Amino acid sequence: MNLSEYIKLALRALRTNKVRAILTMLGIIIGVSSVILLVSIGTGLQEYVTTQFQSLGANTIFVMPGKIDLKNMQSAGTSMMTVSKLEVSDIEDIQRGSSVVAFASPAVAGAGIITYRGKTISTELAGIWENYFQIMNFTAESGDLIRQSDVERTRKVIVLGDKPATDLFGDSDPVGSYVSLGGVRYLVKGRLAAKGSGGAMGANIDDHAFIPYTTALRQFNQSKPYMIVVKTLSQADVEQASVDINRVLLRRLKEDDFTVMKQTDLLNTITQFLSVITVALGGIAAISLLVGGIGIMNIMLVSVTERTREIGLRKAVGATPRDILAQFLIEAIILSLFGGIIGIIIGALGSLALNAVIKTYITPWSVMLASGFSALIGIIFGVAPAIRASKLDPIEALRYE
Amino acid sequence: MPEEILRITHIAKEYRMDGVVFTALSDVSLTIRKGEFTAIMGPSGSGKSTLMHIIGCLDRPTAGSVFIENHKIAMSSEQELAKIRNEHIGFVFQQFNLLRRTSALANVELPLVYAHIPAKARKEKALAMLAEVGLQDKTDNFPSQLSGGQQQRVAIARALVTNPTIILADEPTGNLDSKSGAEILQLFENLHTKGATIILVTHDEHVAAHAKRVIRLADGVIVSDKKGK
Repeated sequence: MNLSEYIKLALRALRTNKVRAILTMLGIIIGVSSVILLVSIGTGLQEYVTTQFQSLGANTIFVMPGKIDLKNMQSAGTSMMTVSKLEVSDIEDIQRGSSVVAFASPAVAGAGIITYRGKTISTELAGIWENYFQIMNFTAESGDLIRQSDVERTRKVIVLGDKPATDLFGDSDPVGSYVSLGGVRYLVKGRLAAKGSGGAMGANIDDHAFIPYTTALRQFNQSKPYMIVVKTLSQADVEQASVDINRVLLRRLKEDDFTVMKQTDLLNTITQFLSVITVALGGIAAISLLVGGIGIMNIMLVSVTERTREIGLRKAVGATPRDILAQFLIEAIILSLFGGIIGIIIGALGSLALNAVIKTYITPWSVMLASGFSALIGIIFGVAPAIRASKLDPIEALRYE
Repeated sequence: MPEEILRITHIAKEYRMDGVVFTALSDVSLTIRKGEFTAIMGPSGSGKSTLMHIIGCLDRPTAGSVFIENHKIAMSSEQELAKIRNEHIGFVFQQFNLLRRTSALANVELPLVYAHIPAKARKEKALAMLAEVGLQDKTDNFPSQLSGGQQQRVAIARALVTNPTIILADEPTGNLDSKSGAEILQLFENLHTKGATIILVTHDEHVAAHAKRVIRLADGVIVSDKKGK
């Protein structure tokens, strides 16, 4: 008997028990589709974060207060708690000490509770220099950005990101209106062009508002920058620049007082973390595949018992043990393979449907893993019932009631 | 004298159940020649089923040898026994043992599938054989759509389709009414006339009366072997 005969035989056997076959496949279908769906969500998240970071520009360096160890996701005293020892004068030192630094800006962050005509929203507020917008690739959609003259004169002007602008003003142009920030009136000077896609992540790059650095120091009662943001001439200069910045700052500060963080370090850490989550999600879904496999074994054992007489008859007319083994094994493999294929289709469709809400990305490895795994499950869980069938004594089997 | 087709020599079969040895057959020898129509008779427990299983290569004797067409059957390999059953033996059972939800045609084709005959040739042979047993217009029917007598005819067609050396029928009329039973026996007689070698296992004297040779078993030994006509 050749393979196509076995396949025909298996299909006929499955057709005679359609409902049972479909229910058995359901376990595999759910397993495979959830592997594909969950992995596509995880991968989509990674893609999203990566593109968000890349929109900031890969040649960006952050100088943060305190020591942050990205490798172990630990900081010696969380950065938020650390009292910044950075000074504005460091910026000048950095620019003088490194030939590859294009721009640098201090940043001081604070709560952005903004009120306009009785409507209050909360956003990330930062006090910055004019340079900051070039570093972060922000452009104005209407009005103007914060200029260095605003910083020098401590003007009460604000530039709204796309999200706070939309939340407060809807479609109308906010430029020229006054908003209230902690009880202080600010003139809306500009509105930024939207950068990111939908807001699936907590940190949306468009959910920011900016005021002049000096104004922010007064507003938040601070005296030092919380962070220094640096942009290098090109992406290739990032390594050199971070070495230069380290050298410059160590002249004045101790090693534990600051951390030079490259965009790529940050990105690597986050994607590493997200890929762990993706694999974990896939792993959890794979457990349901295993359960599906046990379902197949269960039904194949029942099927062997039910068809004992058939097996006896087949042996009487000349089927070898190997023929019987192949018959039942192929039946199990077809069950799980069909389940796998349907699962892939459902998983892919589900992932496409979810794409409307959050970004998903179907990876070839998850499809291969799921289909390979489901075929493997058919073999592993089909072998035991098939061996049992092949070993039946034909006389006993023919007598079986 | 026609050639020897089956010879069994000094066959014994013992079963061991919970340490107690039960002897089903002790020192049975017999020879069947081509074209013979033989009935093996005996009360239940006489060992006739065991003898049939050994002749049909479904079971292995504890001692003794089986020769089919002068070839000694190696009882060691399941694979080998399956091949001999496929090529030399055509079984007809009391329970018909047709595959459910499988057409009469596919049922008859079954032994040819295991003989590695290509699909087209298989179908031709099976159709011819169904015509031979008078079921040419029932080829696509499922067993559940056929009467008992018709089902047994399908089973006989299945037994004949490989052109086996021996047809081995175990109480073939046991599940049939007397009319259908008579028809099936008539079919066996016709096959015998055409030269088929038939062994009929039965406990029914009327059934055995159709055979030309009657071997009687009791307590695992042959007690008589009569050739009539």
